[in-house]
Amino acid sequence: MPEPVAVKLTTKDFKSDQEVRWCPGCGDYAILAAVQSFMPELQIPRERTVFVSGIGCSSRFPYYMNTYGMHSIHGRAPAIATGLSVSRPDLSVWVVTGDGDALSIGGNHLIHALRRNVNLKILLFNNRIYGLTKGQYSPTSEVGKVTKSTPVGSADSPFNPLSLALGAEATFVARTIDSDRKHLQSVLRAAAEHEGSAFVEIYQNCNIFNDGAFDELKDPGTRDDYLIRLEHGQPITFGKDGQFCVVHPPGAFGLEVRETAAVPADEIVVHDATVDEPAYAFALSRLPGFDLRNTPIGIFRDVRRPSYDSIVQTQVASAREKATGTPEEQLAGLLSSGDTWTIL
Amino acid sequence: MSKQVQQLDRVVIRFAGDSGDGMQLTGDRFTSETAQLGNDISTLPNFPAEIRAPAGTLPGVSSFQVHFADYDILTPGDAPNVLVAMNPAALKANLADLPRGADIIVNTDEFTKRNLAKVGYQASPLDDGSLDGYALHPVALTSMTVRALAEHDVSKKDAERAKNMFALGLLSWMYSRPYASTIRFLERKFAARPELVAANTAAFKAGWNFGETTEDFGVRYEVKPAKMNPGTYRNITGNAALSLGLVAAGVRSGLPVFLGAYPITPASDILHELSKHKRFGVTTMQAEDEIAAIGAALGASYGGALGVTTTSGPGVALKGETISLAVALELPLVIVDVQRAGPSTGMPTKTEQADLNMALYGRHGEAPIAVIAPRSPSDCFFAALEAARIALTHRTPVILLSDNYVANGSEPWLLPDVDSLPDLRVEFATEPNGEDGKTFLPYLRDPETLARPWAIPGTAGLEHRIGGLEKADKTGDISYDPANHDFMVRTRAARIEAIRVPDVEVEDPDSDARVLVLGWGSTYGPIGAACRALRQRGLPVAQAHLRHLAPLPANLGEVLGRYERVVIPEMNLGQLAHVIRARYLVDAIAYNQVRGLPFTSTELESMLEEVVKNA
Repeated sequence: MPEPVAVKLTTKDFKSDQEVRWCPGCGDYAILAAVQSFMPELQIPRERTVFVSGIGCSSRFPYYMNTYGMHSIHGRAPAIATGLSVSRPDLSVWVVTGDGDALSIGGNHLIHALRRNVNLKILLFNNRIYGLTKGQYSPTSEVGKVTKSTPVGSADSPFNPLSLALGAEATFVARTIDSDRKHLQSVLRAAAEHEGSAFVEIYQNCNIFNDGAFDELKDPGTRDDYLIRLEHGQPITFGKDGQFCVVHPPGAFGLEVRETAAVPADEIVVHDATVDEPAYAFALSRLPGFDLRNTPIGIFRDVRRPSYDSIVQTQVASAREKATGTPEEQLAGLLSSGDTWTIL
Repeated sequence: MSKQVQQLDRVVIRFAGDSGDGMQLTGDRFTSETAQLGNDISTLPNFPAEIRAPAGTLPGVSSFQVHFADYDILTPGDAPNVLVAMNPAALKANLADLPRGADIIVNTDEFTKRNLAKVGYQASPLDDGSLDGYALHPVALTSMTVRALAEHDVSKKDAERAKNMFALGLLSWMYSRPYASTIRFLERKFAARPELVAANTAAFKAGWNFGETTEDFGVRYEVKPAKMNPGTYRNITGNAALSLGLVAAGVRSGLPVFLGAYPITPASDILHELSKHKRFGVTTMQAEDEIAAIGAALGASYGGALGVTTTSGPGVALKGETISLAVALELPLVIVDVQRAGPSTGMPTKTEQADLNMALYGRHGEAPIAVIAPRSPSDCFFAALEAARIALTHRTPVILLSDNYVANGSEPWLLPDVDSLPDLRVEFATEPNGEDGKTFLPYLRDPETLARPWAIPGTAGLEHRIGGLEKADKTGDISYDPANHDFMVRTRAARIEAIRVPDVEVEDPDSDARVLVLGWGSTYGPIGAACRALRQRGLPVAQAHLRHLAPLPANLGEVLGRYERVVIPEMNLGQLAHVIRARYLVDAIAYNQVRGLPFTSTELESMLEEVVKNA
């Protein structure tokens, strides 16, 4: 992970000269603005920051960041970023992806990057629809979704991205929302500080093909009763007046929501993102239904495990330490190893 | 009793047995002993894809052929002079390849009623006269080994398993091989179990002594060392040489090598080998799939490493989209395809040259890349360096088309002087290249190579974005402009044509040939041996062999035009022949075979004889 250095950068420094071409009103604008204004505080020089994306609306992201960037191919960004990150520990590598890119065509690469704990910050813009291909259902669309490709409703169950990431034993798992810049940036901050894979799901509105998908979480009239704002070390209560809480009923497999008034205070779950066992964060990820009620946002899990990068780099470094002689001498030694014979 | 010693100029031995009988190891050891003696050697392993097919069955037969001579040879030999058959299946599977009069050493202990029935022998071929035309040597290999190890502290199973060392000892005696390297090998292999070192050494010596004392083997043979160029040699397989070539490319370029690979036969050995060489700054990653493997390699290249991915045909099919991305990004990337018989899973342990079309054309859009192929096991070393040279100098993906035959075959390799290897150093971009002195133009090209600058992340002032979308000339910005796309497509083609490759050389010693045999890749040995044989019989024939398949050597058209007939033997249905016909309008004769085995030089000789006589 790159060490911060004292560089004075501003939001403007992170804006590229390219015209941003998302649809007017797209949630991606808010995320881009939040990222651009957040980057300076990391104090990582622009040249040591790389954004790698796949294909989809969100994957145009790197073009708009005045850093190094690669817009790659559908679903493969985690794989490409893995090669970059492992071979260049001095870089801060970010992956920008969408629900189709990360969970459908690229599902395999995502879970393997997470299980390896590659030092990548993965931002999954989840709008629950295919936007760039103009409106087919995605692997996070609700069952029965009527779209161009499913005129009588989709038949397949969606992925819960956080459950999936936790199943892959990701070491950092969080969720945030495009429209809440302050929250979004607080999650990005924690993700950037995490060593290893940081997986951040960002609920993002596609105002063309799936408008209002997350309205209940944004509307001032409903959001407080729908959203569970996770804070490490705090009892999990929510609702306009803190009227709901999360408990772990004895004998139950998971967590459940109760009325705070009906629960003894010491039975309310105190959020601990550092619980090593992923089952706790997994239980949190199962709280909301598709009506968006009881949606936790914030950091679900933040545990320490050596990154794949650091293990691989240590293996190479310790092998190199033992080597003596110039590279050419070592090569000559390697070529003539084993059974050789000489003809005079 | 001293035995008669007979001088031979060349011998072909085939060790054949069950997959579990250790025939590959036996062959390897015999090869190593032979190398120590200074013979020229060529080997060919042939094994089933199944790790342990049911014991004693035909699909379970594994064999290793070694050809050694007192002169320079090009192939592992067409027909064995000696077959070591560890069971009835091994005899049955290999007998048809043997000329009459060949020596057959059989392990009689395995010729039981049950084992004979397994492979469809009604009566034992050892008794029914069907082997009368051969020099049959029935040897109770297993029981003699067990008896020889009676005093050793090993289980009956371990004692039986040492029978391959008994066989090796016998053959080493027959051909007067020096065996010190085998004893050293056993000491290394069983370092943790001294009792096995002792048992296997004893089995080897029992085999040797058996040869010396039994009357069944009246003659002992010698094959004198070959006249070879002075220098230090080692015996090497293609996959090992290719791996070392990649390590050398890292050393000579000063770049870290990053290998992304997914296990696949017959390429996995390259992953195994490179994973041992971390001290050279080589990073290996066993990826989750073929696509991730090449993706990670490309990501590493983007970061300034020499990105490499190794696979076989089915893997190349999966990597196609990423190769196209690398074409668009114009970054260095080496893709090694160790070809095997396809389509689909095909015959994973058998050889073929049928991925040429895929290498040349197997991508969407106009996506030209460089393609090269090694001609022999040791040549894989130099081919890997050449692939790296092209990739690094021209910022392009390069497919290196090895195949199972060169990958697993072996030959002596005259070790090169490291300082004589090509200098592959590259210069990364460090400064803005725009006219204003401030702008960086990632697609501003070198006028000669047409390569774009390699500006790696971490370089201040050169921040830029690249991607799969079509790029505007020079700036690299996204562009949908029709004229720009037409220009970029043509430029990407011109980039590959601009790669300088050496002229193809023609071997035509008396310059009187009217027929040219053109080959590529692993057919070099059999074609070369066939041409030599024809010339010795007074039939002139010229041989040219292509290393560079894209771009083709500049002089190829002129070379083809010099001959009345051009013959192209390939282990496919005429893929290079198509290219030659289309590009040079030459009515080439395609001679094709796809049996999963290399050509024999005799079949090529008789085919070419017809062409030469009618030319």
